[in-house]
Amino acid sequence: MRRRWTLYDPRLAWLLVAPVLLLLIFFLVLPIAVMAAYTFFTFVTAGVETSALTTANWHEFLTDSYYSGFLLKTLRVGAITAVLCGVLGYFPAYFIWATTFKHKWLLLLLLIVPFWISFTIRTFSWINILGEQGVINVSLMKLGIISEPLPMLYNEGAVILGMLHFLLPYMILNVYVSLESIDRTLIAAARSMGCTSAQAFREVTLPLSLPGLAAGLLLCFVLAAGSYVTPQLLGSGRDALFGNLIYDTIMGELNWPMGATLSIVLFIVLGFFAAAYTRYMGMSQIVKGLGG
Amino acid sequence: MKLSNGKRLERLHDRYQNGDLSRRTFLTLTAAAAAAVGLDMPWMRQALAAVEEVRFDGWGGTVQDAIDKYAFKPYTAKTKIKVVQGTFGDEDEIITKIKTAKPGDYQVIHSSGVNYYIKYVNGGLTSEINEANIPNMANVLQPMIDPFRKLTPKLSAVPYDYGTTGIAYNTKVISPEEAKEKGAALLLDKKYAGKVGGYDDMTTRVWYAALATGQDPNNLKDMDAIWAKVRETRDLAKKFWSSGAELMDLLSKGEIVVTDAWSGRVAALQDQGHPIGYLDPVGSYAWMEDMLILKGSPMAECEELINFMLDPATAIAVAEGQSYPPSLDPTKVKLTEKIEKLPAFDKTGTMKALTFADPVYWASNEDAWNKQWHRISKGA
Repeated sequence: MRRRWTLYDPRLAWLLVAPVLLLLIFFLVLPIAVMAAYTFFTFVTAGVETSALTTANWHEFLTDSYYSGFLLKTLRVGAITAVLCGVLGYFPAYFIWATTFKHKWLLLLLLIVPFWISFTIRTFSWINILGEQGVINVSLMKLGIISEPLPMLYNEGAVILGMLHFLLPYMILNVYVSLESIDRTLIAAARSMGCTSAQAFREVTLPLSLPGLAAGLLLCFVLAAGSYVTPQLLGSGRDALFGNLIYDTIMGELNWPMGATLSIVLFIVLGFFAAAYTRYMGMSQIVKGLGG
Repeated sequence: MKLSNGKRLERLHDRYQNGDLSRRTFLTLTAAAAAAVGLDMPWMRQALAAVEEVRFDGWGGTVQDAIDKYAFKPYTAKTKIKVVQGTFGDEDEIITKIKTAKPGDYQVIHSSGVNYYIKYVNGGLTSEINEANIPNMANVLQPMIDPFRKLTPKLSAVPYDYGTTGIAYNTKVISPEEAKEKGAALLLDKKYAGKVGGYDDMTTRVWYAALATGQDPNNLKDMDAIWAKVRETRDLAKKFWSSGAELMDLLSKGEIVVTDAWSGRVAALQDQGHPIGYLDPVGSYAWMEDMLILKGSPMAECEELINFMLDPATAIAVAEGQSYPPSLDPTKVKLTEKIEKLPAFDKTGTMKALTFADPVYWASNEDAWNKQWHRISKGA
């Protein structure tokens, strides 16, 4: 006898999940699998490769210190950016959470406003701010504070600044969501038991908001380490990150097998950090921070 | 093996898709075959529909603006065929896109001469053109066509313009006398450390390193010396630009005061009144550009478009607009005074005064040199 459908029938659940599952398989799993297969293809010349299987690409990656050096540098820049985002992003998030301003939604809206402008244009705008003819240098020279323009553009500092600009809202939103979930009576209880404001913050608010901070750090780190456009526009060749290396290999050298190898490496490395975070903190905080 | 009529038609269709047959020939043969055997192949209706647009991809900026204004718009007005345009900053980028697209998605490319022509040919991306459909090719400089024909006797591209990558400098900082005296060595002058630019491209970097080390760019003997010079320029450079727009931006904003630069883009800056000088040092890197037709393109329409673009009136207007000399032979076609004054213009029509890259020599070294250049540009 056929079983009748019930409200929480597993078959119904599978049916509902099926479209998303198919999308994930076709647009995420399959492309990654194809790329993984490409890592074993043989590069012949620019734009030409054969399906003759080889481990040459992996051998080159594992034995050439140029690649590992770049990977470490990328992780370093990603980590610096994430930590700076954490330090700079916590206070605005705390302010928005703690304010008694009745139009709090307006402050949150301000956080999202930059997303209305193209990311590339936002990045380009830094050229007009940090450049030799940019607002800062021109103002300082006109005020007589400096006689020569300061070299603020096309260096690692400019790249990190550009990434901060892009990533700060992600950090602030994550921390804010975390703060919002704190039961405010806990803080009141701490105060009533003799804690000063600073102690209440240190003993109650900060520990309870750490999951949000950690989620923000992971998000900022992964996005910064996988960044390509910002180093391309605001950095010099020396400030390139692993993403730029992948771009050059695929688009400049037309060496898809090696480009695929580098892409899979970055995927594995960043995936490792995401997996480690999920193992110890869970993904729910990131989902909340992204508005889920 | 005996072929069925259906199989024969499918093969005919493949030849048409590959660009081996013009649309007209394909339709004639298909219609005749279909009438004979009473078949109606599924693609016939699609092919019978008139081609309404041709896809073109070029370098954008002032160059493409001129092509659009003086060639595409009049062509559309005349034929009702729209030219859908795309742009790229780096030709390798568009090759990657073409490789991942299906034949016919991309059709005509404003390509960077024989060095890139080899890449398209090696990748099996090109379509052979029927030169009889482009009568204006008779006016094209033979020395520009020969290098292409040396690679493929049946052409897939038609030379369209040429120029040089010379030295551009800010005249407020560097006098014309100093520029003339130092020439290519300006790129290595420590006095301008942090204010030097350069094209983010292996060929240009190696070419100028060859000039700096006194080597023949088409027969390099000491690559260690070349890479040492490339590193020297890198260490003095503020930024290696990767598009014409970026070059113009860096020069006009004073971010850099000297760089190797595309002659036409410098001419455009000069027209805008910027204090930028230009000189071609001895052995300056000369290049040509061509209109290349890709596999799966509607051949008749693409050939008609290229023929229209090569019409002297059109080609001259485009050349004046984009500030690059046209591929028209000045001994056959009367060119304007403005064109004759353009940097790199060769009035003899022999092109002997210009040094082009030997495509076979450079192609045989390109993979290794590209890899090395990318490493050096990132600080290695």
